Amino acid sequence: MAFIDYYKILEVDKNATDVDIKKAYRKLARKYHPDLNPNDKEAERKFKEINEANEVLSNAENRKKYDQYGENWAHADEYEKAKQQQQYHRGGQQDGFQGFQGFSGGGDYSDFFESMFGGRSAGGGRGRSAVYKGQDLNAELHLDLKEVYTTHKRTVTINGKNIRLTIPAGVENGQVIKISGLGGEGANGGPKGDLYITFAIENHTNFKLDHHNLYSTVDLDLYKAILGGEITVDTFDGKVKLNVKPGTQNGTKVKLKGKGFPIYKKEGHFGDLYITYQILIPTQLTEREKELFTELHKLRAS
Amino acid sequence: MNTENLIPLNKLCIYYKVELSFFSNLSDIGLIEIKTIEDSPYVHQDKIDVIEKMIRMHHELDVNVEGIDIVLNLLSKIDDLQNELTLTKNRLRLYEK
Repeated sequence: MAFIDYYKILEVDKNATDVDIKKAYRKLARKYHPDLNPNDKEAERKFKEINEANEVLSNAENRKKYDQYGENWAHADEYEKAKQQQQYHRGGQQDGFQGFQGFSGGGDYSDFFESMFGGRSAGGGRGRSAVYKGQDLNAELHLDLKEVYTTHKRTVTINGKNIRLTIPAGVENGQVIKISGLGGEGANGGPKGDLYITFAIENHTNFKLDHHNLYSTVDLDLYKAILGGEITVDTFDGKVKLNVKPGTQNGTKVKLKGKGFPIYKKEGHFGDLYITYQILIPTQLTEREKELFTELHKLRAS
Repeated sequence: MNTENLIPLNKLCIYYKVELSFFSNLSDIGLIEIKTIEDSPYVHQDKIDVIEKMIRMHHELDVNVEGIDIVLNLLSKIDDLQNELTLTKNRLRLYEK
């Protein structure tokens, strides 16, 4: 458990007056307030930190205790042991799903604060306004590109509650979907909060994705490029046969209409697949091959 | 008229400890829409998110109604820019190994 320098957090010195502290807190709150820094975990962390510092330093009793014992707070060892045991029993992440709660005021104090003041202190700063609507929840869902090629259902656990989600095909990396009413309970008959899910999609395939078009590079042997012929290429969900025209140049692009990625919320509609041919030049030629290439070269030169 | 999905402003005033005038000021500069039904003012339930945000800015940060308008405009601009950044980053993946 680390000591926290609340004076440093509020950027005031140890002799700061109540007015100085209040002023410093307000200034930092205006900078890090979660409403002004949406989806910014670092700002949220800072805001919690300055609120905690304010709870300690703006309350005469708390400040006195902190000034007296702060750095030499005695419960460190036993506290640390108990904490480690707790962490050991905690399970790991499932399903690539990482949930985190939205900011709710209260709670979330540092170990140092809880050990010294035992949870939320009485009095202190002005705290957060009452909320009528339930708390919004934010979560990040990590998926593989292959998983979002088709619409599928998935059960995820958020705050101990199992939620069955339909993940529409073609959902994009960074896209946020809102599920109304799946957040916290409202207060005094207020509406429930909402659940916001941000999709983080990783691509481990040989295809590159731009919006709903796919791109891939296909090796083409020199002879087929010159003479033409048939090749089989991979699409995202299968294979197709393509006719290669005689005299195909390196870098030639072929568009396969409708073989791209599904378009979000447009069932049955797909982007296109663009294939770029990369012609393979034979190496380590045999003597006979060299002879023949030389002959071809001469034919061209004459 | 049906008041389903509408929240009476009086209820919000008590709950958040704000004056009714705060809501009328927000309405005057077009930040919220107040519906009057049988002489009672209401707001739509869907707007509660942004209303709570405005109350927090007012209470916790001492921002006045004009300031709230500016902050919301800037936040919406940030949101647009963030969406654009996500799209650009996704496109950039095309050129990365």
